Amino acid sequence: MTEKQIYLDNSAATRMDERVLEAMKPYFFDTYAVATSEFAYSQGIEAREALDGARGVLIKALNAGPEEFIFTSGSDESSNIALKGVALALGEKKGRHIIVSKIEDFPVLNSARALERQGFKVTYLEVDGEGFVDLDRLRNSITDQTILVSIQHANQEIGTVQDIDAIGGICREKGVLFHTDATHTFTRSPLDVSKTPVDLATVSAHTIHGPKGIGGLYVRKGTKIAKWMDGGFQEFDLRAGLENIPGAIGFARAVELVTPEETAGIRSMRDRIIDRILAEIPDTTLNGHRSRRLPQNANISFHYVEGESITLHLDMHGIAVSTGSACFSRSLEGSHVIYGIGGDHERAHGSIRFSFGRFNTIDEIDTVVEALVSIIRELRKISPLGKEKEV
Amino acid sequence: MKFPYSETVMEHFKHPRNVGKIEDADGKSTEGSPACGDMVSVYIKVDPKTQTISDVKFESYGCASNIATGSIITELAKGKTLEEAKNITWKQASDALGGLPKIKAHCSVLAVEGLRSAIQNYEERQGLVKDKKTTTVEVVQKRLKKVMNPLSGLDVVRTNLVRGIEVNDGKVSITIDLASNHQFANSIRDEIKEKIETLWDVKEVAIEFTD
Repeated sequence: MTEKQIYLDNSAATRMDERVLEAMKPYFFDTYAVATSEFAYSQGIEAREALDGARGVLIKALNAGPEEFIFTSGSDESSNIALKGVALALGEKKGRHIIVSKIEDFPVLNSARALERQGFKVTYLEVDGEGFVDLDRLRNSITDQTILVSIQHANQEIGTVQDIDAIGGICREKGVLFHTDATHTFTRSPLDVSKTPVDLATVSAHTIHGPKGIGGLYVRKGTKIAKWMDGGFQEFDLRAGLENIPGAIGFARAVELVTPEETAGIRSMRDRIIDRILAEIPDTTLNGHRSRRLPQNANISFHYVEGESITLHLDMHGIAVSTGSACFSRSLEGSHVIYGIGGDHERAHGSIRFSFGRFNTIDEIDTVVEALVSIIRELRKISPLGKEKEV
Repeated sequence: MKFPYSETVMEHFKHPRNVGKIEDADGKSTEGSPACGDMVSVYIKVDPKTQTISDVKFESYGCASNIATGSIITELAKGKTLEEAKNITWKQASDALGGLPKIKAHCSVLAVEGLRSAIQNYEERQGLVKDKKTTTVEVVQKRLKKVMNPLSGLDVVRTNLVRGIEVNDGKVSITIDLASNHQFANSIRDEIKEKIETLWDVKEVAIEFTD
């Protein structure tokens, strides 16, 4: 058992950077007022300035216009606001049809399902074997009743990066709003809203070494979206709730700290783990595309074995990863993403996601592969489904 | 380091006992499938004179609770008479392991069923089993007692999730007292289908949720 922890679950949560905490601290102890107090006392003005400063960093990162970004409590809330907000604004006026991909993450998927129960019609677009949405199929699915297309920028499990320029182009051409969940691409893969025709984009701090509980939504100026979180008039009257100023400051700092060099290093870790596992462990399948994938994501199915057993064994080696196995999920169902790309149950239950971040090193990859070689061999020995050939 | 299982479960997970196949087994069975996420095969050798289990081995495709239960069930069964072994319950296996999380009941109950089915397989081979029974509401209900409710770790019949069973000309209709969008609705539906569809005279299984 190793002393050192190797954390490869950075798509679930990341270790916060100390520099983020340092930036946040004054907003717990010195400037703890909220921005809505700006006309009452000077600390309120400082809070307003801090919030607007943080917003400025996010706007710059997205190349958005002023007042086009709101802070939220994270990806779940952002995507809920996008889908339900557009449904509330346009459901009566324009139509009640929404299009999402089958492999969306749960904030989008379950918001769509909730709207379906309210009488909206939802198209769950099929994806191909690598997770890509078919553009012609998308075009043909849009009707005069369609109000919103929500297709993720990249997939949370298999890392497939969609061609959102083309998807947004089709939506623009058809006069339909386009939301993208950019939780996993933000700052790691380019997203420039002045070039990409996207109307709404979900982002979050938790994937980039920022604090948990803060995220945001890009909202293009003029987008028809209704407020449904009632209360105060915060965030351009789109989202009621006390401003999380330390969170916003932390999010902004986290954005500033991501560099292209760091992302390149993370990409080489991804490539190394994929190459080594596929070469050294028989009966393995890479899920997703080899290169058109998130730089921080590798997802591999180990046939004949079940994912929770793999994660638990890896944990005993101090290695943290996640799996698409039913045993791991809170609904006891295998990964809808692996099923969505045509994978069978065995491929879903044996899938392992490795996701990398700032604090990983390339040496860790070798330790992980070595541990996996013996774990998979041992588990296959007791599996009724298949064995490794004796070497 | 913290684990989601008891020390005994972890010990059996790390070092499972009696693993493997028995090539000339007197009885064998496979329960579960990759579809439900877990699968276990059980092999037994029976001493015909004493009707005791002289050897037992298992193979597992599954999570830690599945592997550990397979391991403990072989320890509990070895040397027992067939009648004694048939009566080993999930509760006994779970207790011997120092307890299992409720949500894991459905993966661990497979090994218990695996042992019973292996014994049944032996009895069938020896001609000890009577003719095929027609599927009735009672037969379905008995089968449903093997489907775990992940909310409680008890079966769906005992926890009153089963609201109605109808058997009509090979079609079995079962009403489950959950909303169709409930967290565990799909998982429970799939498990019920797996258990009931295998009955020899059942052609179709329809599951209704109470939305």
